[in-house]
Amino acid sequence: MIEFSTWDILRNLLLAARWTVLLSAVAFLGGGLAGLLVLVMRTARRPLPRRFALGFIELFQGTPLLMQLFLAFFALSLVGINMPPWLAAGLALVLWTAAFLAEIWRGCVEAIPRGQWEASASLGMGYLEQMRHVILPQALRIAVPPTVGFSVQVVKGTALTSIIGFVELSKAGTMITNATFQPFTVYALVALLYFVLCWPLSVASRFLERRLNAPHRHH
Amino acid sequence: MPGGMAMAYVFEFTWILQYAPVLLKGIAVTIALTAVGAGAGLALATLCAWIRTQGPRWLRVPVVAYVELIRNTPFLIQLFFIFFGLPSAGLRLGEMQAAMLAMVVNLGAYGAEIIRAGIEATPRGQVEAGLSLAMSRLQVFRHVVLGPAMRRIWPALSSQVVIVMLGSSVVSQIAAEDLTFAANFIQSRNFRSFEVYFVVILLYLALAVILRQALRLAGERLFSRGRAQ
Repeated sequence: MIEFSTWDILRNLLLAARWTVLLSAVAFLGGGLAGLLVLVMRTARRPLPRRFALGFIELFQGTPLLMQLFLAFFALSLVGINMPPWLAAGLALVLWTAAFLAEIWRGCVEAIPRGQWEASASLGMGYLEQMRHVILPQALRIAVPPTVGFSVQVVKGTALTSIIGFVELSKAGTMITNATFQPFTVYALVALLYFVLCWPLSVASRFLERRLNAPHRHH
Repeated sequence: MPGGMAMAYVFEFTWILQYAPVLLKGIAVTIALTAVGAGAGLALATLCAWIRTQGPRWLRVPVVAYVELIRNTPFLIQLFFIFFGLPSAGLRLGEMQAAMLAMVVNLGAYGAEIIRAGIEATPRGQVEAGLSLAMSRLQVFRHVVLGPAMRRIWPALSSQVVIVMLGSSVVSQIAAEDLTFAANFIQSRNFRSFEVYFVVILLYLALAVILRQALRLAGERLFSRGRAQ
């Protein structure tokens, strides 16, 4: 058996944490773009895209992320595509993130007073122009704190990809535990590293919320 | 695939009926875990929210540390730490006990933040009115503050319970025999992974929809008195 010092454990976990960070970034950026698309469909005037977006959100918010990962992993293997774990992980996380961000952002879009829609419509703007020039710039302001807050969920969500075999922080923790038989130390360190990644985001989200809500705080 | 040609896969769902007992047992375990997690978790959450808003000062720091630690680490790691890590500290739990403990601890932390927000939205005058009626601080909390606070945050609390129910699928990883465990078991028997996971994901969706409705009805029942604020 190889001897692992605590430093060896931490060093290997830190190396694996890079993949957690990378996967989180991909999921968050990809999910953000896809979420924007879902948002536009969700708030569209025609019922067909609206219903599609509603179903999409309900499906991804109403089922376990782990099951979504399993389905992404196995479903595409069926069609003959050899699905590497990182691809299944990325795909499932992007779609899952998109569903949640679309729903968070919808709340922000709906918080914009109706008059803004009416005023921009009376200037002859189409739906996409209204969104682009009038609604989104204002909605963005209120959307920042909950979006940063949700990024914590994304980082934590990546832990589940270890179950379909993607080697990131959690999987590395399990592998090192199997080699060292020190589950207490290893999982405590894994938790600590997740905390180091997530806590600043949580604090930033709270800070931004207080900051951006400043004008509304006095009534 | 040998020969490099994708064979046409024929979907077949009817065989799944023969595994209905396995799936039903998995559903029962998932529901039981959620019920215990929600019941004990909300009690813990209420206690933590009380400590953070009006409890003894020396207890506030450990409660804040607990809430922040749980909210900023993945449930999977919390579960692994409890199930694999704690035995070396002398606490050996079975897989169901570990799963329940993890869910209670998890919901306790998230619930504490939600309930605290509800408590902090209480108008000062109501607390003062209660105190002026010679109620103790604890009586004011129990009879004046908590009820309206719970009514205010019940929707947020309900969605958190649904999130915890869905998150419980992870307990299959320590061999607690929930619905996901059932899916993995069936899949290992006949390798029809897509069909199994497809059916089970729909079962979870149904569970989530039913749970959400049940919590909404429970909320209306519990907080129907004096809705006007």
